[in-house]
Amino acid sequence: MDLESLYQEIILDHYKNPRGRGLREPFDAQVHHVNPTCGDEITLRVRLDGDQVVDVSYDGQGCSISQASASVLFEQLTDQSISTDLETADAFLALMQGRGHVEPDEDVLGDAVAFAGVAKYPARVKCALLSWMAWKDAVAQSASAQAHEENS
Amino acid sequence: MTTMSSQLNGLLDVETVSKDFPILARTVRGGNKLVYLDSGATSQKPNQVLDAERGFYTRCNAAVHRGAHLLAEEATDAYESARLTIAHFLGAVPRELVFTKNATEAINLVAYAFSNATAKSAHGRALPDGADRFILAPGDEIVVTQMEHHANLVPWQEVCDKTGAVLRWLTVNDEGRLDLDDPEHGLESVITERTRVVALTHQSNVLGTITPVERIAQAAHAVGAIVVLDSCQSVPHMPVDVSSLGVDFVAFSGHKMLGPSGIGVLWGRYELLESMPPFLSGGSMIETVHIDSSTFAAPPQRFEAGVPMAAQAIGLGAAVDYLNALRSVDGSKHGMAAVSAHEHALTTYALERLTEIQGVRVIGPQEAHDRGSAVSFVVDGIHAHDVGQVLDEMGVEVRVGHHCAWPLHRRFGVAATTRATFYVYNGPSDVDALAEAIVAAQKFFKVI
Ligand SMILES: Cc1ncc(COP(=O)(O)O)c(C=O)c1O
Repeated sequence: MDLESLYQEIILDHYKNPRGRGLREPFDAQVHHVNPTCGDEITLRVRLDGDQVVDVSYDGQGCSISQASASVLFEQLTDQSISTDLETADAFLALMQGRGHVEPDEDVLGDAVAFAGVAKYPARVKCALLSWMAWKDAVAQSASAQAHEENS
Repeated sequence: MTTMSSQLNGLLDVETVSKDFPILARTVRGGNKLVYLDSGATSQKPNQVLDAERGFYTRCNAAVHRGAHLLAEEATDAYESARLTIAHFLGAVPRELVFTKNATEAINLVAYAFSNATAKSAHGRALPDGADRFILAPGDEIVVTQMEHHANLVPWQEVCDKTGAVLRWLTVNDEGRLDLDDPEHGLESVITERTRVVALTHQSNVLGTITPVERIAQAAHAVGAIVVLDSCQSVPHMPVDVSSLGVDFVAFSGHKMLGPSGIGVLWGRYELLESMPPFLSGGSMIETVHIDSSTFAAPPQRFEAGVPMAAQAIGLGAAVDYLNALRSVDGSKHGMAAVSAHEHALTTYALERLTEIQGVRVIGPQEAHDRGSAVSFVVDGIHAHDVGQVLDEMGVEVRVGHHCAWPLHRRFGVAATTRATFYVYNGPSDVDALAEAIVAAQKFFKVI
């Protein structure tokens, strides 16, 4: 492994020029996740419309991997159906936990394939997953809030 | 720069010392030489320590303080003679030394003395004579500092939650020293008649700052408070004589001073240890046991429940022997004085090399006086994780993050720092490797 394969150009570009950053209204759920070993944090909001994820907005601070991963997440998961997004998120999780043995599928992951190199650095996997775990949490909360509304 | 490093005084013979540490001969990522700058987290172990542990298992392994056969006797002797060696090293007597798993457990042992004594007294249950010093009431105060490791902060928060006591703290100034004269958060306003405990670090694991323990202990004792010193970063790095420090408890971990993991030490003034209720309970810590109640052994056994970590204690004894035998190259110092002089020289050099790199800011005292060898810094434009990654790629192993001192990092308005720590096997060339790797990180992330 060398640094270039960990810090792919796509990652450094998302880090320097984050897409979709900043917290926006309206939103259905907001979560705050931290990485207790290093103190990286993210606040993330999702906005759903039926089964579509119409916005993901976020703010936080952390290393290049955690910040770039939030930016890529915004691009990959906005304006898709929840089920497509969950598939992408699961593929990303599998890639990150694969210790470098999982072949990434670019059709599912898009730019997120750039994080394949991170999987070989177990200490950095949590950085890459911070925003994705926050997103899953937020979607679950929004969906249950929606279900609650429909039932009442 | 090389002229500078060759002028350093008081160094140990790093080349010879390194030969005792098998791990330092390995290579890391891409065949790089290992430059280990994370001894503040845990130190490497010399053959002498590894051999002592192995020797215990191959010659006299048995359950310490249990059984009467020959091996049990020899194992008990070896364990108790390790206690003696470590006691001498600290200027203490053996019965004042309790073996624990690590410093965290040692601090918890004292913290639980307070919450257990408070809980037992609330129910009118038996306590040792003098235990009233450990009974807390709502409104009593526990004082810590803003530079504590979580290990000397969270246990006291827990005591407060269990007893209604109130946590207060001494603050840190911009230079990274305790602000003892601050009108609001200084010694006079924080340590008062309500203070029952003052728990502080001897040397910050982030800033390197050595705290003025004697002055603080005096103020604490003037109001009758008990002083608990976290010596995790002092005992491994400088001479510490508990008989003259003026504190009541001292806690440290063996693994940060060339010893094995799984062994820590609590030193306490004997009359205090005697008046404390037990922490962990079970076998080996009792005097008599009936089905409905028990009485407890005298310290230190009262606080060593279960079969102890004998091999680790013996390994720590060997580590102390190793440290005692070190000599400065110029012959001027030996033992811990030599260790401290060595680290002082390296710290001076590291501060000089780091502060001359544009965009690097050292968090903590910029000068080496009253300061140990933990050097934490931020690199403008690069998160500590990313700095650490480039360093690691070059074989330079440092710590990144908040180093279990999150409130201190908040105080300095930074989420994470990169920390280098130096020990007996590090030399000036390791400082050079660090400085070069930082510049390489700046180039990689294009901030220069
Ligand atoms: C100042 C300080 N206190 C306490 C600790 C806790 O030590 P341990 O984790 O070995 O119990 C450490 C090290 O991690 C430390 O540096």
